Amino acid sequence: MAAIAVREVSKHFGSFTALDRVSIDFPDGGFYALLGPSGSGKTTLLRIIAGFEFPDSGHVTVDGEPVESVPVEKRDVGMMFQNYALFPNMTVFDNVAFGLTVRHLGSDEIRRRVGEVLELVRLTGLEGRKPHQLSGGQKQRVALARAIVIEPRVMLLDEPLSALDKALRVEMQVELRRIQREVGITTIFVTHDQEEALTLSDRIGMLRDGALVQEGAPGEIYERPRSVFAATFLGDANIFQGRAEAGGLRLADGNLLAVSDNTGAAPSQVAVRPEKMWLQRADDAPGEGANVIEAQVSQHIFAGSSVTYLLDWRGQTLKVFAQNRGERVLPLGERVRICWSPAHSVPVEP
Amino acid sequence: MSRIMSRRRLPLTSLGRVYLGAVLLFLYVPILVMAVMSFNASQLYRLPIEWSGVWYERLAGNAKLIDAGLNSLAVALVTTVIASALGTLAAIAFFRYDFRGKKLLQILLFPPIAIPWLIIGTSMLIFFFWIGIGRGLHAMVLGHVALAQPYVIIVVSARLRAFDPHLEEAARSLGASQWQTLRYVTLPFLAPGVIAAALFAFAVSFDQFVISYFLAVPGVSTLPVEIYTAIRKGFTPEINAISTIIICLSMAVLLGVARFYKFGGER
Repeated sequence: MAAIAVREVSKHFGSFTALDRVSIDFPDGGFYALLGPSGSGKTTLLRIIAGFEFPDSGHVTVDGEPVESVPVEKRDVGMMFQNYALFPNMTVFDNVAFGLTVRHLGSDEIRRRVGEVLELVRLTGLEGRKPHQLSGGQKQRVALARAIVIEPRVMLLDEPLSALDKALRVEMQVELRRIQREVGITTIFVTHDQEEALTLSDRIGMLRDGALVQEGAPGEIYERPRSVFAATFLGDANIFQGRAEAGGLRLADGNLLAVSDNTGAAPSQVAVRPEKMWLQRADDAPGEGANVIEAQVSQHIFAGSSVTYLLDWRGQTLKVFAQNRGERVLPLGERVRICWSPAHSVPVEP
Repeated sequence: MSRIMSRRRLPLTSLGRVYLGAVLLFLYVPILVMAVMSFNASQLYRLPIEWSGVWYERLAGNAKLIDAGLNSLAVALVTTVIASALGTLAAIAFFRYDFRGKKLLQILLFPPIAIPWLIIGTSMLIFFFWIGIGRGLHAMVLGHVALAQPYVIIVVSARLRAFDPHLEEAARSLGASQWQTLRYVTLPFLAPGVIAAALFAFAVSFDQFVISYFLAVPGVSTLPVEIYTAIRKGFTPEINAISTIIICLSMAVLLGVARFYKFGGER
């Protein structure tokens, strides 16, 4: 168990800048998600923390001691790969025992520790199977058991759930969280799946083009994205462009959008989450103090528990999620009002 | 895919049957005839066969052929060990690292397979004399290793293409040293490829006639060279006898290997 920190870490591959002076603190015992599109540098950062790559400049510390020049086998990291990377020629037992065997532990201790960890991941009884005899979820558990049995100081997961189908993924998310809490190990995981980042982690760092864009708790990043990228990559967002004015944003049609908190910098763009908006018929009275714009329904997608509306507003397509509370689904072409509270207008940088 | 394909019955046309029959006939019947004739007492292959082990007795007394056979075996074994070890390491290096001249080196693997052995043999003889290595079994081993190496690299590289480099990274992250990673993860995966490559290397060396002929010193030769010399002096069924023994041995080895390794198959 340990606190990890990266300081001003840069990494270049030829002329490509994979990481550009990234600094992040990974708190002890936390579950931290590195989120970003492919090419954002998140996997490179994970590999630098693991010790597979070495930074061109900057430092990596574990509990304050610098490790950036320590090779991977001396770093005490547990790593889980996207394709699990189970040793195909070994049984489940030998796979899990591998990290203990190469440390030359006694066979009694190995048997005890492998037994314990297999019980933790609920695989007792499958010791004699070969990897190709396991299901995707079981392989995942073996990979996890193999990584935690060496009691590493940090767990690194590289898109661990992306190879699983949806139902299994949700099940494994719950499992991962349970095991991480039980073991209490600092965990860093890389994902491009925003939902996975939101549900699993207690902190998210968003990366783009090798730089840290924003960092915080999932709720914080979701409710208060600081940039258009952060707003649109993590969840859905409607972006309004305009001119900054006292009290809000002057849209091209002359309307003034009220904006929650004017945090100093005058916003030229505002992001609004689709589920924060509600629709009213054009002749109903708008709510007190709400932002209101008029738009036309161009498409509706009925998904049972909710309806997603796409609306045409002055040539721009807006998205609104409506809970299914039994109202009729608004027909195409209907003119409606979109309303939302000024508190949900979040000023963002381009 | 391949399993589904092989399960479907292919209709064999009559032309196909004739062709298949011809292939089997011309490949195996001469070998069979030779094996049968090695047990025929008549030196002139007179029929009906008069069963006898006389040629095997004569062979046991033929020190020249026996010595040549042992030489062949020794050269082939040493060649196999050296070529498999170096070739496997070279294949791993090609797989793992990018370095200056890598493409050129990979391209240079193929000409030795295509250049006529006569030319390679001549140039080796000249070169070995020039730098003082000379002729003899040691020179043969050098020549055979050079010949067998490309086969090993190509066969092991084919196996490596299916290797997931994350396996090595997983092993390293679990605390294994580079040596332990090679020993417990990489080599077990490569084993079928290395065994197949070793068989190739053995065959390349054991069958080698032209280069051995050039590099042999009088009195110390290998089996193919000795058989050739014997035939020139006059054919005796002893050659049939030793050939039959060699065929039985190599069949036994190949069948043994095939038992635990499905050629081309996984695991």
